[in-house]
Amino acid sequence: MMLLDDFVVRALVAGIGVALVAGPLGCFIVWRRMAFFGATMSHAALLGVSLAFLLNINVTLGIIGACAVTAIVLLSLTRLQVLPTDALLGLLAHAALALGLVAISFQDTLRIDLMGLLFGDILSVSRGDLAWILGGGAAALGVLALIWRPLLSATVHEELAMVEGVRVRLTYAVFVLVMAVVVAIAMKIVGLLLIISMLVIPPAVARRFARTPEVMAALAALVGVVSVVGGIEASLAWDTPAGPSIVTTATVLFVVSLPLSGVLWRTLFPRNEKADHHHDH
Amino acid sequence: MNIANAQRDDGREILIDARGLTKRYGGYAALDAVDLSLRRSELTTLIGPNGAGKTTLVRLLLGLERPSAGTVTTAAGVRIGYVPQRLHVDEALPITVRRFLALGGADRSAIARVLDEVGAAHVTDKQLQTISGGEMRRVLLARALLREPDLLVLDEPTAGVDLNGQAELYDLINAVRQEKNCAVLLISHDLHVVMAATDHVLCLNHHVCCSGTPDAVSEHPEYQALFGPKAAQTHAVYTHHHDHTHTVAGDVVPLGKDRP
Repeated sequence: MMLLDDFVVRALVAGIGVALVAGPLGCFIVWRRMAFFGATMSHAALLGVSLAFLLNINVTLGIIGACAVTAIVLLSLTRLQVLPTDALLGLLAHAALALGLVAISFQDTLRIDLMGLLFGDILSVSRGDLAWILGGGAAALGVLALIWRPLLSATVHEELAMVEGVRVRLTYAVFVLVMAVVVAIAMKIVGLLLIISMLVIPPAVARRFARTPEVMAALAALVGVVSVVGGIEASLAWDTPAGPSIVTTATVLFVVSLPLSGVLWRTLFPRNEKADHHHDH
Repeated sequence: MNIANAQRDDGREILIDARGLTKRYGGYAALDAVDLSLRRSELTTLIGPNGAGKTTLVRLLLGLERPSAGTVTTAAGVRIGYVPQRLHVDEALPITVRRFLALGGADRSAIARVLDEVGAAHVTDKQLQTISGGEMRRVLLARALLREPDLLVLDEPTAGVDLNGQAELYDLINAVRQEKNCAVLLISHDLHVVMAATDHVLCLNHHVCCSGTPDAVSEHPEYQALFGPKAAQTHAVYTHHHDHTHTVAGDVVPLGKDRP
């Protein structure tokens, strides 16, 4: 595997691996309106990093654990309706981030690259990271495929699904666990502050071109891959940070895909004959 | 209270038996000691004013919520088809009617057959968000029928549908029930429309005000107090006739061809 000696190749493989699972998973996040939920979950990742150093366990495992626990706490709190959901998520997201930053400051900062955690460090992906990303990504994709139909059914109408025998709560719990895994592996690529954009932007681009949920998921994966490749190339060409470049590429794809861009174009550069038509009655 | 329970105890198999169902939210009792049995091939209508606990009762019967007190016993192997009051699918989720029906586990040919049965074959490949309220009702009914249910539970199946559409939907539900020989539990505000086709009426206002045959219930003082004395005389509206009908697509169909 001489090929993997090249850091650019490793970055591409890792990024594509994450994009392939982030697209389909992100579709559910968009359909279920869980973008802020996912963002809150990823903000807790920093706590996981700090915990991993404290307990001397694998960092990815620490992140998965912290994200999963946060998700379960979130699910229970939203059910209890202590606060409106958006206020609750806003509170917890930034509380978790602050707590994570404080906890990290107690660690040996020489061993932790804070900027890498926040914005990703795809160009420094090691072979070990790659194994985690590809293994975790494949596992997440496999589990998502297994729960696809019950999850889709519950997303369309939860009660109908329950009456038809879908074990809705179990399905959600598995879904949230898959989210935790994907957040953990995507963190290396774009960092915890940008993870949610890897999950939300590709489905947003794919929506207009899809007539079935499966086509949308496949297109979202494809958009993610294009963003990763484009972002890494741009980063190498113009010496920009790789993670933010990937997200920027995805955003450009989104803007271009909007019907609005056509409208905007015609507004800025109107064709005269259209502007001054007349009625004689 | 149960005026007619004795006379309707005709040996039909009980599919769901509820005893003393009570549901409290905080200190407020949405349902108070409700008894109800649903029997094979019987059409039971649940009527009552807004906020009377009709939907709560259905949710308890379906097992979507647990009662604060009382029991729901469902006979072994009973399959329930549920038609919810509304279905909102997010714009972000692209899904055709066919795919929506397949979510229940049905195959292509069954989907085509049932959509034809409910008169909604023309929306098969449309996006779920683009069909009309009446079409949506038929599609939801199709989803329930695809389960080959012993019991069909319909929560206000004509809400938001115009008067003609309502009569058509009730005709359809009645035809389906006779053909499949399944029990039906219907929540309805349109009591005068559904009365004639109903075997058993349960009038609910947190507790069971009265229950029995449509005739017995419509003469019951508690029913008249809830719905006014006029309601008692209007329940024959359903029995009017047309010599033709319309498909959902608007075509004229002479009666007697595809419907009894």
